[in-house]
This record gives sequence, structure tokens and C-alpha cells, in this order.
Amino acid sequence: MSGPATVNEDFPTAARELLKDTQLRANIRHATGIITRKRNAVVAELSDWEQLRESGSQIRSHALQHLDHYLLQFEQACTKAGGHVHWARDAAEANCLVIALVQAHGARDVMKIKSMTTEEICLNQALEDQGIRAHETDLAELIIQLGHDKPSHIVVPALHKNRAQIRELFAREMHLEDLGDQPEDLAAAARHYLREKFLRIPVTVSGANFLIAETGSVCIVESEGNGRMCLTLPDVLITIAGIEKVIPHFRDLEVFLQTLPRSATGERMNPYNSTWTGVHPGDGPREFHVVLLDSGRSAILHDDEARQTLKCIRCGACQNVCPVYHQTGGHAYNSVYAGPIGAILTPQLHQLNEGASLPYASSLCGACYEVCPVKIDIPEVLIHLRAQVVRHEHATLAGGLSLWSLGMKAAAALFASGNRLALAQHLGRIGQKPFIATSGFIEHLPFQLSGWTESRDLAPLPRESFREWWAKRPGPAVTEIISNRDGGK
Amino acid sequence: MTESVNARAAILAEIRGNRPLPAADSIAQNYEAIPRAYVRSDFLSSQERVNLFESRLREYDANVYRAALKSLPEVIDHVLALRKKTRIGVPHGLPANWLLNLRLFVTGCDTHSPQELDKLEGVLTSCTVAIAVTGTIVLQHDTAHGPRKLSLVPDYHLCIVFAGQLVGTVPEAFDRLAPTATVPTTFISGPSATADIEMTRIKGVHGPRFLDVIVVVD
Repeated sequence: MSGPATVNEDFPTAARELLKDTQLRANIRHATGIITRKRNAVVAELSDWEQLRESGSQIRSHALQHLDHYLLQFEQACTKAGGHVHWARDAAEANCLVIALVQAHGARDVMKIKSMTTEEICLNQALEDQGIRAHETDLAELIIQLGHDKPSHIVVPALHKNRAQIRELFAREMHLEDLGDQPEDLAAAARHYLREKFLRIPVTVSGANFLIAETGSVCIVESEGNGRMCLTLPDVLITIAGIEKVIPHFRDLEVFLQTLPRSATGERMNPYNSTWTGVHPGDGPREFHVVLLDSGRSAILHDDEARQTLKCIRCGACQNVCPVYHQTGGHAYNSVYAGPIGAILTPQLHQLNEGASLPYASSLCGACYEVCPVKIDIPEVLIHLRAQVVRHEHATLAGGLSLWSLGMKAAAALFASGNRLALAQHLGRIGQKPFIATSGFIEHLPFQLSGWTESRDLAPLPRESFREWWAKRPGPAVTEIISNRDGGK
Repeated sequence: MTESVNARAAILAEIRGNRPLPAADSIAQNYEAIPRAYVRSDFLSSQERVNLFESRLREYDANVYRAALKSLPEVIDHVLALRKKTRIGVPHGLPANWLLNLRLFVTGCDTHSPQELDKLEGVLTSCTVAIAVTGTIVLQHDTAHGPRKLSLVPDYHLCIVFAGQLVGTVPEAFDRLAPTATVPTTFISGPSATADIEMTRIKGVHGPRFLDVIVVVD
């Protein structure tokens, strides 16, 4: 049984390789630039944008604060409407549940609506291990699946591919030698390729944008109509949703259906939104299951500073404005959740055992917080997690004795006393001499310190420190105060 | 499914931690205290609202027509003729007096299989609510809209919107939809589209690639 998607390489290592791919960076900048410009234009149209953000933020906070209450309410209402609600503690349990349901119907194929949650739990691989083929139906997910690739963005997972690359892939995988490379040609190829499957395959697996506690309804937000096909044509529908996706009331959608499309794709409204409640005789699937997935989420609830991470409605706006994401793209994060939200969500879902380098994958510029439609203060959570990562590492013997840890302890001892600092500065001025280049800067530091000067020069210690300069100034009262205070340490 | 039962208890226990369970009415009070200072209503005249709705639909590449109620059947015929359509599905609850040229229309398709629906050239439905500021049509699927697959599988959708069904804002639409929230509901904003290839909006992937709207004004 496969576990959650793993983070097997740290961010700096992965990023260093990806930065060499100039085509990738060009594709990413093109796509994120377009979405951000469109997003800014449609957000500027709303005079009440800040009020919508505030309401959205508080609705999500409230739902998380009373998550047990709202999940039970959802379960009761959904069950009453003919749905079946299942609970899964982790990825393995969720995958087992889905496989059992698919096998109970004797199905060898399932249709899928784009779902980050199923990517997170590696559902497709788990199905394949049981001889069940999952067919992705979102255009971008189809591109990813046919190319044996990985998603690089929450909303547009294939934004790292341009039309020529997609044309090559489709022509090869769909056996269409004469396929054109206009986006219209590629969309038409996908329509033709999937329509027969929509009409034939009777089991669908979906994610969910929102679970509505009051009514037991599920809401899915999409563009292409593949979602509507999957929600209405099959006999059996299985929805997998993280437990944090619940909102209290149907009317709360009036906030999120304004903020989500404008933030995600820069549209006033995306082409299709669907809500349904259990099963509806004569309309849609005859059997409906919801799998509520925890997989690390409930643990995050108990961290007062990090809990806001779970407010996320997966719009991807933070990725589009992030200067780090612009350079590296999504793959460097080695997680289905990339960009700023991935940098805080991934390590928490793995209890810091994986993705520990991600909280550092940020310049803390704050652009992500500015655009977040539910006001997640991502920089604040990043700093909080950096502290946790350090504590987590120091808790191990190897971490406690690492060069970093020893260096930081030495630095703490130095900075604790003015006399020790003055002595260190004096020795540093002597020791740095061989390293100062003709430019007047230190261009190459030796050994473990070389990482610092790999991409930047270091200014050498000045001939005189501020404290030395200050002590030389006339006025005995001032120097006396300083020496008294230093002597007291 | 005993594993799922165990998982349920374990997840709920983990969520609760050692917090006392608050009373349902205090949760309701907290919910009501959430600020909602956003705009609920527009301040447009009904004429301005119709104009805004039409301009939004045109931005999505939908064609928009106007009709007075008494000329609606002729306008439907006219629009279908422009599209060269000869086999249009209609849900059984659609008012029969909208249909002039009966040879154009296929009735009884509410129960058609998806394969049969795939053979239709298009579908004609009414709607529940429409939203001007976003150019959105909402079908809360009743008998005049048919089941959800009816307005999905055929490649063309002609939708009739009465001026009285048109609201200005998204919150106003929810005021109207909330009492029947558990009915399957579809929000449609233009023909199906994708921006997955280089962020270019391309019309038409899996849903209807062509959308026309007739706004009925008095």
C-alpha cells in the first residue's frame, strides 16, 4: 500500500537542477504573469474585496475551530440524503476504502476529476497496483498523466509545458500524427479522446472544493465540464475530501464563489460550479460515497500559529506572485503542494519529517499574504515553522552535534558578551586578510562557509567597529556606562 | 467498514484534543457574529442590469438575444435557425407554448441515456436565477431544466432567462437559491473553457461548446 507522497530531496538541491532549465522558467513566468495580471484586474473591480477576504477568513477559521461539530453535521445531512460517509486516518486507509468500493462494482477503470487530495495520497498508483486504471479528465491532469509527469501548480498543474511540448505528447500518446499545435486543436483532441470514456466508464473519483455542513452538499468548481461529466454520468461517485474542506452553511459559498475564481484564474466566475446533495433519483449517480481524509490535518489544528494553514481554499494565487516559485517552478518543492502554501502545508502534513527545507524556500516578502483570499499569513507561519524545524533537528543527537547547531551555539556565546564580541572582531580582521579580493570584498570563503559566497560577495569586517568608534568619542559619562554594563556581564 | 468506524472515532478525538465540546447554540452565535460587510445588492436599474448581464455573456463568447414574452417562440425559432439546428432536446417541464416548430424539438429526453443525448444537436432549457455581474446562469435542476446531463452532453445550450430571474450580485443569487439548496445546482458562466495551455482561454472542452441566451424582457 502506498503512503503519502514523499519529499525525497531537499528544496535547494532540487532547485539548483531546475534553475538550469530556461524553457521551464520561461513557461512558468509566462503563465504566472498572465494569471496575476488577470487576477489583479478582476479583483480591482470589486470595491468590497477586503470585506470579502475578511469574511472568507473568518468563516474558514470558525469552521476549523468547530471542525468536529461541522463534520458530524455534514455526515448526518449527507447520510440522510442517501450518501455514504467514510473516515480515513491516513493515505493508506483512504486508498483502501476507494479500492474496496471500486472492486465491489467490479470496475477495472475509473474516471477522475482533478484533485490535489488524491495526488497527495497517490491514489492513482494505489489503484494501478490493484489493476484498476484511473483516467484523469482535466486537460492539465491528462497532460501530466500521459507524460508521466508531476503537477507543478495547484490550479494549472501543467503550466510548465508549452503548446509545442503538449502537441508532441498528444500526437504520440493519442496516435494523432496530423495534430496541430494550436490550443484549440489540443483541446479538441482531448475532447474526442475522453468523450467515449465519459459515456462508458461507470465509476468516478473526485475531490471536493467545499463540503457544506448544513445541507450535506458537496461543491466542485471547474472550467472544462469534465467535472460535470464525472459528477452526473456515472452510476457510482466517490468523493475524497480533506476534513478541513467543510464550511458551515450553503450561503457561505456566496463569499468563496466570488473570491476563489477571481484569485485562481482571474475570472469573474469560472465556467462551471456544481453542488449536489447525496443522491438524486433520476439525476446523476445512484450511489455516492464521501471519504473524509485526516492524514496529518487534525494535528495541525492544535498548533495555534500554524492552524490558519488549513483555511486554504487552493486558489494558487500565492504561487503566482511568489518570487521563489517564479524561479524554480513547482517541482523543486517535491510535493503536490508547491509555492508558499506548499512550503507551509507540506512539512506540517509530514510532521516535519519531510519537507523540512521548505519553510526556508521563501524571501518572506509577504506577497503571498497580500493576495490570499482567506488571509493566511504565510510569512508568519513560515517563521514559526523555521523555529520548529530547528527544534525538531536539535532534538536528535546528530542534529544537536551538527556544524550548524555548534556554530549557532558558538555565535550565541559570542554575542552574549561585548568583550567576547570585540575579541572575535579583532581576530576576524586579522583572519580575513587572505580572503579579501582586489575588489575589496570577500569573494570566496573556505570550506563549509563557501556556500554563502557562491552567489554573492561578502563585505569584510570594517577596520573599526561601531563600539570602538563610540568609545573613542569624548564624554567620559557615556564610555563609563558602556564599560560598566559590559563589566556586569 | 469497522476500520472506518475506528477511524471516525480516532479522527474526532484527535480534532477535539482536550477541549470541552461547546454547545451547539454557542457555535451558532459565533457563526452569526462573523462580519459580512461585503456588498449584497447592486444599485442598477433593471435595464442597466440586463445590459451588464449581456455584456458579460458576450465576453464569454455567448450570443445574447432579447425577446418580449409574446414573441419568445419566434425568437427561439430564429436563434435555432441561425445556428442551423434541427434536433434540440427539451426537458418535459418546459412550457409547451414556447415551442413553435415542433419538428425541431425532441421531447422525453429527460430519461435518455448519455449515448442518446450525445446524438442531439443541442438543448433548450430555462433557468432558476441569473447573475449580472458575473454573467452566470444558475440551473437548480427542476423539470423545466431537466436532469443535469441534459444540459451537459449536447454541444449547444440555448437558455431562456426572464428579466425577473436576473439579480445583480452573487449574494443576491444565494438569497434565492438557499431555500432549495439540496436540489442539484449548476452555475454556468459561458461555454465550457480551459486555460490549461499557456493560460489562453479556449472555448469548448467537454461541456457545451456553444451557449446562446435569450433574455425575456417585458
